[in-house]
Amino acid sequence: MEVTGAQALVRSLECLGVDVVFGLPGGAILPAYDPLRSSSLRHVLVRHEQGAGHAAEGYAWATGRTGVCMATSGPGATNLVTALADAYMDSVPIVAITGQVPRAMIGTDAFQESDITGITGPITKHNELVTDPGRIPAAIAEAFHIASTGRPGPVLVDLPKDILQATTTWSWPPALDLPGYRVPGPADPERIAAAARLLHQARRPVLYVGGGVIKSDSHEPLRDLAELAQAPVTTTLMARGAFPDSHPLALGMPGMHGMYAAVAALQEADLIVALGARFDDRVTGKLAAFAPKARVVHADIDPAEIGKNRAPDVAIVGDLRTVMAELARATRTIIDVEGPADTAAWVATTAGWKSSYPLRYTQAADGPLKPQHVVERLSAMTGGDAIVVAGVGQHQMHASQHFSFTRPRSWINSGGAGTMGFAVPAAMGAQIGRPGELVVAIDGDGCFQMTAQELATCAIEGLPIKVLIFNNGFLGMVRQWQELFYDERYSEVHLGTDIPDYVKLAEAYGCVGLRCEQPGDVDAVLEKALSVSDVPAVVDFRTHDAEGVFPMVPVGRPNDDIVLGPEFTPAEQQAAARREVIAK
Amino acid sequence: MTTHTLSVLVENKPGVLAHVAGLFSRRAFNITSLSVGPTSDARVSRMTIVVDGETTPVDQVHKQLEKLVRVLKVVELGEDEAVERELALIKVSVQPSVRAELLDIATAYSANVVDMGPETIVLEAVCSPGRLDALIAQLEPHGTCELVRTGLIAIGRGSGTITDEDLAGLGACA
Repeated sequence: MEVTGAQALVRSLECLGVDVVFGLPGGAILPAYDPLRSSSLRHVLVRHEQGAGHAAEGYAWATGRTGVCMATSGPGATNLVTALADAYMDSVPIVAITGQVPRAMIGTDAFQESDITGITGPITKHNELVTDPGRIPAAIAEAFHIASTGRPGPVLVDLPKDILQATTTWSWPPALDLPGYRVPGPADPERIAAAARLLHQARRPVLYVGGGVIKSDSHEPLRDLAELAQAPVTTTLMARGAFPDSHPLALGMPGMHGMYAAVAALQEADLIVALGARFDDRVTGKLAAFAPKARVVHADIDPAEIGKNRAPDVAIVGDLRTVMAELARATRTIIDVEGPADTAAWVATTAGWKSSYPLRYTQAADGPLKPQHVVERLSAMTGGDAIVVAGVGQHQMHASQHFSFTRPRSWINSGGAGTMGFAVPAAMGAQIGRPGELVVAIDGDGCFQMTAQELATCAIEGLPIKVLIFNNGFLGMVRQWQELFYDERYSEVHLGTDIPDYVKLAEAYGCVGLRCEQPGDVDAVLEKALSVSDVPAVVDFRTHDAEGVFPMVPVGRPNDDIVLGPEFTPAEQQAAARREVIAK
Repeated sequence: MTTHTLSVLVENKPGVLAHVAGLFSRRAFNITSLSVGPTSDARVSRMTIVVDGETTPVDQVHKQLEKLVRVLKVVELGEDEAVERELALIKVSVQPSVRAELLDIATAYSANVVDMGPETIVLEAVCSPGRLDALIAQLEPHGTCELVRTGLIAIGRGSGTITDEDLAGLGACA
């Protein structure tokens, strides 16, 4: 059957089960938008291509399925670059489809030409400039296969306009031609056995859980493993929700703004079991001083992560879901013969740290309004039953710290890349992926202004996302660093709280706009926002501008130098630094 | 300097060299030399990459290269297990008084004279990198005007080959 390249593209997407494409048309991609009209695909017309990219990411984070975004050549394609870089850093499966100038014009500096495969090479798992209309189905199928298997990531397919217009013979399914692409097979049983043995021998084990556990849907085997081994669990910024924060073994987030108990437990551990985590600098602090007493079991689907930052004692390459189920089974076998591992003193030690050095802030009844209070009220009012999306900065850390996560895929943020402006479009994608669920973007005023235009898309699509702007009038995290490390010499961090007027801006975009300035009003305003069901609700929370994020490990310092923050007395800080471990 | 030689089989498709070069640049790996050419299978090209082992984590280079979709196989060739050769063209200024001496040096290194003029000669040398360095050092005092080297190529000693299993996999479904 003869079809155009554009028809082949749209049919391929349909055959792959794609239900939504986030995009914005333009010259070179125009042919693809014609068959889209009569397709079953839902196209969401964004206001900026970066929004399409982050929406595809939010969709993928929320559903586990591959997100799709589409843009034209030149600036349309380059506007996707930030989202692709973000997806690459956080291993988010998305496929970007870009128009390109006709084949004969490539390399001539034609109108709206850019070498997008050259530009995105370093920030995609793979990309391809397709030069044969007959290859379109295979190129698209390969892109989805690569994006979604192994360690997930973004894939870009660049389609010159003339191959979208050319005719070709349709056939499906295409043969995948990826002789160099390998997904790791089953893990080595001997490594699993060795890891289980180490885990059973350990007296101070910690499970260091990263985003891979969420991506591989391994939260159930994680819980089995933790409870069997009686090992405390830290969930990184990428893994919040993989293990319920209310669980007695949960220590919360480790790292630069991690819970004291999580940071201290890793420092004192005699065994770290890293599961889908990558020993990122924000977790380890000064690498040479990280977890100095610990042996390391490192399980990941990406062999290149093993030994990249920390040499493991046992390396396991494989899909975490299987690896963790097998590790739990091997641990159970040892326990059946030798009895449970004795970690009671260690669990008591970490529990003591949790109660002695919790997150602490003071919310005076008459203000100023603290961002932590808003997050805690949201957490309490929803019972954790919400999909929380954050941008990057103080609001992101406060959200990660103070929301009590109960389930996986309920936390979406820009972790590795640290992309300001992520939250609103990512929340849009999450809401489309999971209609009927409560999606709440917690955003800073700096972040919000970078991608706020997608409120228009959300309003027109009838997406009832909530956007809670923590408006402190500053680029808050940068301000905090200038306060701490530049002796309060503030440079170019003041945005002001009043321009724009976020309530009017929300209303102008067809959303509900609300404002909250006093702690006593938080519940009522949140209730009002949560009750809006047809368009986005945007709340301008006027939050305290001098509030910092604590605890904090100063950048480049050993994690032992963790600072509890101004809410703790010098005596408490000293006691925390001594860090007593209950001897067995 | 400790160097490591990697033989890399890649699909012969557009953009592959850019992917490999981009990987080295973005991960701050230092390449000492890189050479690319066809193999007996038109679908496959072979790259020989020499990296500086002191500044570059070779294990990471190996694993990151294997992650590239168009890379079929990566093999590290140890110095003792491989034949290593490099070709150089060397233009040397030559005074009549030393012409015979230069030609003696060339003969000692089995270098051929491929161009000869009144003031310069061009030598073609094919050697291991160490021997080539020695030849260049010998010629240096006479005034080397221009030097071009291909970069190292290498092949494993003995009957084993790098290509056997992979070529069979080409074209199959993943």
